[in-house]
Amino acid sequence: MELKHKKLGIADETVFHMYETMLITRRLDERMWLLNRSGKIPFVVSGQGQEAAQIGAAFALNREEDFVLPYYRDFGVVLAFGMTVKDLMLAAFAKAEDPNSGGRQMPGHFGQKKNRIVTGSSPVTTQVPHAVGIALAEKMDKKQTVSLVTFGEGSSNQGDFHEGANFAGVHKLPVIFLCENNQYAISVPVSKQLASVRVSDRAAGYGMPGYTIDGNDPLEVYKYVKEAADRARRGEGPSLIETMTYRLTPHTSDDDDRSYRSAEEVKKAKLSDPLDTFRSYVKEAGLLPDEKEEQLEKSILTMINEAMEYAENAPFAKPESALQFVYAGTEQGAEK
Amino acid sequence: MPVISYIDAVKMALREEMERDRNVFILGEDVGKKGGVFKATEGLYEQFGEERVLDTPLAESAIAGVAIGAAMVGKRPVAEMQFADFIMPAVNQIISEAARIRYRSNNDWSCPLVVRAPYGGGIHGALYHSQSVEAVFANQPGLKIVMPSTPYDVKGLLKAAIRDEDPVLFFEHKKAYRSIKGDVPEADYVLPIGKADVKRKGTDITVITYGLCVHFALGAAEKLAAEGIETEVVDLRTVYPLDKQAIIESASKTGKVLLITEDNKEGSIISEVAAIIAEHCLFDLDAPIQRLAGPDVPAMPYALPMEKYFMMNPEKVEKAMRELAEF
Repeated sequence: MELKHKKLGIADETVFHMYETMLITRRLDERMWLLNRSGKIPFVVSGQGQEAAQIGAAFALNREEDFVLPYYRDFGVVLAFGMTVKDLMLAAFAKAEDPNSGGRQMPGHFGQKKNRIVTGSSPVTTQVPHAVGIALAEKMDKKQTVSLVTFGEGSSNQGDFHEGANFAGVHKLPVIFLCENNQYAISVPVSKQLASVRVSDRAAGYGMPGYTIDGNDPLEVYKYVKEAADRARRGEGPSLIETMTYRLTPHTSDDDDRSYRSAEEVKKAKLSDPLDTFRSYVKEAGLLPDEKEEQLEKSILTMINEAMEYAENAPFAKPESALQFVYAGTEQGAEK
Repeated sequence: MPVISYIDAVKMALREEMERDRNVFILGEDVGKKGGVFKATEGLYEQFGEERVLDTPLAESAIAGVAIGAAMVGKRPVAEMQFADFIMPAVNQIISEAARIRYRSNNDWSCPLVVRAPYGGGIHGALYHSQSVEAVFANQPGLKIVMPSTPYDVKGLLKAAIRDEDPVLFFEHKKAYRSIKGDVPEADYVLPIGKADVKRKGTDITVITYGLCVHFALGAAEKLAAEGIETEVVDLRTVYPLDKQAIIESASKTGKVLLITEDNKEGSIISEVAAIIAEHCLFDLDAPIQRLAGPDVPAMPYALPMEKYFMMNPEKVEKAMRELAEF
């Protein structure tokens, strides 16, 4: 039987690179929890269980030109778009060199202009209209770029989702709306979030195609996002893709999920952990011999250790630098 | 120098900036074919096409949010809120996003956006077509709020707002649109955001205000001058951040200060002006700081007698100025 990635026209090397990025994402995420539980960093917001959706989507884009507007679980998206493990460690430790915010924002609030990772905030879904505005601007300039915006299924209830999706639909803008449906908005399950069966049902209201797909299969996500990107570049407008995933960790390091879901449910979800299933796939495809895998794990461990050590020892921004950058030309600090 | 109306100065500034910079574009409800409900964008759709004068769906948060996205990648959007009262659905985008983008990204990203909105009462607009909303935004560092009083200031300040590297809320008094006319040069000029303007020099009392109330104060100052009372009228022009120096200078000079706003009194722009004067000028004052403002009710009622009761007018202003002069 022909391998799925071959059918999709994805090179072996790219598939390996996708797996590598997924693995880095997971190992980094796991390390963040250790750092939090040992009292070294105050906060973690995690993407475990959603890496396949994130990596599949990011790799389907032009990572040299397209824009991404990630939400707070998207370690995988930003790593695929050029942010480094060191950058993310600097953010976790809130150090001056953190490219996301120089230690101003909580971890998970991504942004890095040089990699077209658009700065985000905590009120959910505000990034959706921004993605639409970027697409509008790029279309005005006759560019071929696409903007990908991600959000959770709970967020798809926000007005900004509906207002942004409708705007993009009316003006046929090159936007990909990617929902990472991880089944929970903190503690509230999908059944109490959505009146429709699927988030993708909402696409019809905004004149765009909507798909619900397996978010545990990065190649499936790649396929749909690639098609949506091609469609967008042809001037045919936006798409909504709902990737079905499961949030394997509590909402954040400050949440205890035992109060609203059973250990059995989480255990069951772990059976289809996308990292395990994709690992099996690349192994069966012959792209990850044991020796190479061992090497990969080792090099990732080293990379994370080095990044952690660097970030832990890196300086904080000067306290009074909190006065900087309120307006343009306030590099010297705002008036006290 | 041609004499034009306040609203024509808005249109002139928009047209000139769109001719100057192809990144400038307009978006909002009814701004395209119709030219805006007040006709502020009339003719621009015909001149620049629908791509640059964009009729949006009726959804204010998207208008602000889409404009923010475009601004972050190099456009110079001018978003119109049809009435300042209807800016409320966009508050999250303006405050949580636009105001914080430079700061939260440590200067990596910026948001050079203008949001224009007609505000103010006296036009039978009732609760939801008459409000002054500036105080909602006036404790949000990262934002600038401009509220011009004359056609000359409108043109120079709107051009400055469009060229500004940060988000600017530009509130236009809708009663001034056609009732206020003035000299406006055809040439290109900008006026500094963040600087107040002394509209009349005087030595006996100071009036500090903005928007339509500037005209009430100037009218009253003429009458008082005939009686030998010289009023200094300071037009704030930018209500956030405030021009502290201009406020302190004028308050210290006359020692008698009347602050006027059409907005409700509590927590208004002039409350902050009063605090600045109290902090810096206490020993120069010859009278308590006076505040003249709308009553602390939610908004302006529709029926004419109640609207008149709420609305600032020349008589109320003159009376308050006279009382202060006589203190």
